[in-house]
Amino acid sequence: MSVLSSLNFRAILPEALILLLGILVLVIDPFWKEKSRRVNLGWLTAGGLIAVLAIILLIDRPGDPTAAWGGMVRYDWYAFSFKLFFLLAGAITAMFLMDVEQVGHRAEAYLLLMASLIGMCLMASAGDLIMLYLAIETTSIPLYVLAGFMLSDRFSVESGFKYLLFGAMTSAILLYGFSLFYGITGTTNFYDLATQLYRFTPIVLGLLVFIIAGLAFKISAVPFHFWAPDVYQGAPTPVAGFLSTASKAAGFAVLLRLFVIAFPSTALGAPPNWTFILAVVATLTMTLGNFLALAQKNIKRMLAYSSIAHAGYVLIGVVAYSKLGATSVVYYLIAYILTNLAAFGAVVASGRVTGSDEIKSYAGLSRRSPALALVMLVAFLSLAGMPPFGGFVAKVFVFTSAIESQWLWLAVVGVLNSIVGLYYYLTVLKYVYLYRAESEEDERKPLPISRPYSMALVVLSLGIIVVGVILLPWFNLATKAALSIF
Amino acid sequence: MQFPVLSIIVFTPAVAGLLILLIPSHRKTEVRMVALAAAVLALALSIWVYFNYDQGRAGYQFIEYYQWLPQMGISLQFGVDGISAPLVLLTGLVMFTGVMISWGIDDRPREFFAFLFILASGVFGVFVALDLFMLFFFYEIAVFPMYLLIAIWGWVKTREYAAMKLTLYLFIGSVVALVGALTMYYVVGKPTGVYTFDMLAISKAQQAGAFDFIVWRVPTWLQWLFNRPALTFEQVIFPFVFFGFAVLGGIFPFHNWSPDGHVAAPTAVSMFHAGVLMKLGAFAALRVAIMLLPNGAQYHMHWIIFLALVNIVYGAFIAFVQTDFKYVIGFSSVSHMGLVMLGFATLTTVGMTGAGVQMFSHGVMTALFFAAVGMVYDRAHTREIPRLGGMVKPLPWVAVGFIIGGLVSMGMPGFSGFIAEFPIFMGTWETIPWVAILASLSIVITAAYILIVVRRVFFGDMPAEFEGHIGPVSALDKVAIVTLCGIMVLLGIFPWLMVPMVQSGVHSIMSLLGGA
Repeated sequence: MSVLSSLNFRAILPEALILLLGILVLVIDPFWKEKSRRVNLGWLTAGGLIAVLAIILLIDRPGDPTAAWGGMVRYDWYAFSFKLFFLLAGAITAMFLMDVEQVGHRAEAYLLLMASLIGMCLMASAGDLIMLYLAIETTSIPLYVLAGFMLSDRFSVESGFKYLLFGAMTSAILLYGFSLFYGITGTTNFYDLATQLYRFTPIVLGLLVFIIAGLAFKISAVPFHFWAPDVYQGAPTPVAGFLSTASKAAGFAVLLRLFVIAFPSTALGAPPNWTFILAVVATLTMTLGNFLALAQKNIKRMLAYSSIAHAGYVLIGVVAYSKLGATSVVYYLIAYILTNLAAFGAVVASGRVTGSDEIKSYAGLSRRSPALALVMLVAFLSLAGMPPFGGFVAKVFVFTSAIESQWLWLAVVGVLNSIVGLYYYLTVLKYVYLYRAESEEDERKPLPISRPYSMALVVLSLGIIVVGVILLPWFNLATKAALSIF
Repeated sequence: MQFPVLSIIVFTPAVAGLLILLIPSHRKTEVRMVALAAAVLALALSIWVYFNYDQGRAGYQFIEYYQWLPQMGISLQFGVDGISAPLVLLTGLVMFTGVMISWGIDDRPREFFAFLFILASGVFGVFVALDLFMLFFFYEIAVFPMYLLIAIWGWVKTREYAAMKLTLYLFIGSVVALVGALTMYYVVGKPTGVYTFDMLAISKAQQAGAFDFIVWRVPTWLQWLFNRPALTFEQVIFPFVFFGFAVLGGIFPFHNWSPDGHVAAPTAVSMFHAGVLMKLGAFAALRVAIMLLPNGAQYHMHWIIFLALVNIVYGAFIAFVQTDFKYVIGFSSVSHMGLVMLGFATLTTVGMTGAGVQMFSHGVMTALFFAAVGMVYDRAHTREIPRLGGMVKPLPWVAVGFIIGGLVSMGMPGFSGFIAEFPIFMGTWETIPWVAILASLSIVITAAYILIVVRRVFFGDMPAEFEGHIGPVSALDKVAIVTLCGIMVLLGIFPWLMVPMVQSGVHSIMSLLGGA
């Protein structure tokens, strides 16, 4: 394929539009007065990203999967659907950023957010290892900065630095894996491999381990999860929410595509060998995440461990290595992005007023703000996998796909884990609904929720219920995505 | 297209619950009015369904079918048969009386009624669902609001512990059943490529022999235990699905959550819980485990019958030694639900019919019991039986209601308990006579503890501390008592109101079991 004929601008339209929006934000920023910056910047970013989402939904829907830009990126439903999720998560995060001290009024924060969004979009569509590596770095570097954005906050700086160190290390490992890949196959484009990689030679095993290590960092799977609790705790809460949703989903987008395309099943149809490695990783990730979450006193740390556990559930769908498995992964990520954003959003809204992220500080919340309590109820029950919320359907799909691919034990592990999960999610709800605040006075103090927060939280809560009840459109989207890699 | 009455019944409480959440929290009267209106509507429709169910035709009726996710074989399919129609009515009744009893709740009534109604929607949904996915969907909806209802409005001393224990027990049960159900889904779909959660289709496939393959060869040294060289799919999966659901039915040894939960819950929630939710477990065990895996049921029921026996006798004995009024009723529920399980375990027409009627009868009876306990406790602020006494004077309505409930509980002729328990014992006699003899012991023990409670709490001298402090019950409470009592007496005098209907449902189950 000649490079010129593959210059398909539609394949990178979302990235281009986000870039334009970023430039717009940066150029316009100095003209605004200090006071109005917060509102203008936030709304411009959020509105702009929603507009991009609407535009690509209208004019940029892909047809059959094709390669574009010399095979660097793929133009298919898989990439497209992930881009939709990233844009949504980005818009919501921009709204959450608006009222965060030291962050919300600075154009750089929004610009970094959009830069990392561009990286994510490219991660979802990359068809070449070079592109993939660049995309991962484009995603990560702005996030390192965002995590450490609050310079006067010791925890934030620590968080940013820790994230950077871990990220740099795993990125080096990943790059080494890619070099082995090139060494064996003679190409960096994983869509046209010279040598099939399904034979399990030692060097392929090494290569798999390196790549899994690199990507496990992005999705915070065990044993590369150590960074998550510390980084989530210190980073500005909306950034933590973004890390745990969009960034994680981007990791899964890469993981699923790379493994399904580059390491297919043998000619005989036996499942590829990497599924077993990932099944073990999934088991460890779920179990460790859930059990460590039990002991947490800080809600952001608890959500960090919970998001580790959820990475494990999603991995079950990857392990299933089937059309249904891929569909369930995408469906799970839809539900999970909405749910976890809502959970972090509630934490932002409440933490801004109470000034604390301790689970204890949520005592009496249902009396101070019944609406926010309800949002937390919806989000946490969805995380626990209760109907009629998205988390339930997503979990059922993932477990079904595991059973369909004869991974019964993995489904059982997942199911048992969800019981542990229920316990700590209910514990938080116990504080919200049952316990009283320390004094009557505290309880009567109103808990003001600013407009961007209330709008975002309402949208997310409704979204969680819609995804959990009306299954067809999301399932179709997920199936389309799955079909373009299977 | 016919009038979608079942969907309306299922979604009325949920919609009402959401509406209630939109009302500002300080307008408590409006909240209660909306709740009452929804409860009346649901009750009226469930009565209509009950009396319009065509017993001659039997089978599933009022069927509604909507495609939900055809790719996965998920449909929204509702229908009632002779077993579930009485249970839908029961749910309507308990919901209605539950609203009346909880009229006085003053702490966040908005959230209370919203959660209670979402739970009611889940309960209705399980009773009418004909799709396995939807059944689980509604089942879980019926479970989690319980946590909040007990933890927030329950009895201060034990509510946190009891609520968490209950939720974890039930959730563990339901996920175990879920894995079993998913394997059924997979096994049915694999050969044909048509995956479906439709229970009618799964049942048809089962009858055609889709589950008749061997999954486990029993090692020689274990064959004495399993009594055969190999187990089929149904025989292996059945215990998981059955016990997964039967946890909610309170089967021994998984009954432990239930008395604690009952006692800790606020009155209306206890009523719902013991009255309806435990039936939900028994019903789901029947619908999914026994009806979809009949060969498994035939293989396993021989030993499950003994668990049910333990439930009945042990539960009654424990109830006998309790000093807390509410614990007495809590353990009596364990005992009576054992009768339901015993009826199922006989796998005979007469025994299962009895179990079907017992589900309804016990639901009404225990709702009445918990209502009575609640009314006494609200006034006396204690449930210690030795500290109570002479309540018949200030609370004659409650006393009469409790005594009628007691007579039902003992299985006195002329009350619904008799027409429920008698066939169960008959069926058991047909299966294993000495189990029937032992189980009927429970009647004596039940009579003993009920009479003791009646004598100690309602008659005798009233302790001086209560003189003049016990106010009368409200008109709404009286309506609730009269409704529940009336139904039990009516059913006892006119058994044809329900027995033939349940029988028609049981007949189709028996045909799944192969003849009889």
